[in-house]
Amino acid sequence: MITREISFILNGSEMCIDVDVRMSLLDVLRNEGFNSIKQGCGVGECGACTALVDGVPYDTCVYLAVWADGKEIRTVEGESRNGELSKVQRAYIDAGAVQCGYCTPGFIMTTTAFVEKHKGKDIDRELIRKEHAGNLCRCTGYEMIICAVESCMKDS
Amino acid sequence: MFDIKQYEKAESVKDAVRLLSENPNAKLISGGTDVLIRLREGHSEYSELVDIHDLEEIKGVSYTDTGDIEICAATTFTEVVDSEIINDVLPVLALASGTVGGPQVRNVATIGGNLCNGAVSADSLASLCVLDALLITESAEGEREIPIIDFYLGPGQVVLGQTEILKSIRICLDNYAGYGTHYYKYAMRNAMDIATIGCAAAVKMDDGKIETLKISFTVAAPKPIRAKTAEEFAVGLEPTEENIKKIAKQVMNDVTPRDSWRASKDFRLHIIETLAERVIKHAAEDAGGES
Repeated sequence: MITREISFILNGSEMCIDVDVRMSLLDVLRNEGFNSIKQGCGVGECGACTALVDGVPYDTCVYLAVWADGKEIRTVEGESRNGELSKVQRAYIDAGAVQCGYCTPGFIMTTTAFVEKHKGKDIDRELIRKEHAGNLCRCTGYEMIICAVESCMKDS
Repeated sequence: MFDIKQYEKAESVKDAVRLLSENPNAKLISGGTDVLIRLREGHSEYSELVDIHDLEEIKGVSYTDTGDIEICAATTFTEVVDSEIINDVLPVLALASGTVGGPQVRNVATIGGNLCNGAVSADSLASLCVLDALLITESAEGEREIPIIDFYLGPGQVVLGQTEILKSIRICLDNYAGYGTHYYKYAMRNAMDIATIGCAAAVKMDDGKIETLKISFTVAAPKPIRAKTAEEFAVGLEPTEENIKKIAKQVMNDVTPRDSWRASKDFRLHIIETLAERVIKHAAEDAGGES
């Protein structure tokens, strides 16, 4: 087994762990108990394992854990503050954008990055669709998800 | 877990060349969106890796002193799409790069990897072919420049040697200045799909007539191709609807698509002709020609 020591910031807390080089970031995050990260397709198509690395959404199933060294990682577990949901989480609930919930953590992270990137800009539904095209949802038909993203943009 | 048996992180291009020389079984990994998937599928030839992920030395887009564009190989597709230089002078490459996979894939997948894996469906490929891109590589034998059209040997096969690394992609000033361009990816879905056919064209106009046409297709043959018969036929023609239809017919002499589960040969031929018309028309308009 080949291991490497990596340090990164996970949801605001510093972490320093030895990782097996064979592990994906998905494996490491789930092993550490961050179970919002879901394995769906395992090949970077469905987005259920999306986390933010330095503010950018990545599919953690096709991202080696060793690449996280020195980075700042965010998952849904870190988005609520003092029991209070984030604006994006609240918007998903209010818009009825959650059904079975499996894709939701990945979607929340993609939307969180989207809202932070486009804050204050005029955006249309086409851009929302294009930038959420890496997350699949088999329940909602996407309409409510797009509405949730739109409502986040109105408030920002 | 991926079945990785050996793993070395390269600190520089030189270091990567050295690591590849020391282990004849070693393969490079950069963005990982192809290599990790092959590993997951059980392809053991990828189990010994030299990691060049996020290597700063080969990232970024810049102008050279002579006005050429240098796109470093480890630049991600998101960085290509967002690059001011690419949007200013190589909009066709920005257009093509935006059709790769989905956002998460574009955030990590690199333009160099898109070429080196040898896929004939690579989204950046047709555009780079009409821009006559030069690929700059480094190996244990030194540096060399390879015209993109000579880079491919067949499906999944490129001319790179075991210790050879693609460092950058150069677009010479003469190959982009004054051209109108367009690209169209035909696929079953608008995102997360592989091209059924990709088509790019670059057109230079002179006094209302086509002075130069460059047109390239992906998935239309075992290698990316330039439709030379059509390119020669187009010289001196006005880009009228009728003439563009004639040029598109000439393209049929240059393509050899195949039947696959993704699409039949007949369907691909139909798409090739349709895209040729559409892409030439847009490129001619972009070059200032009426059609």
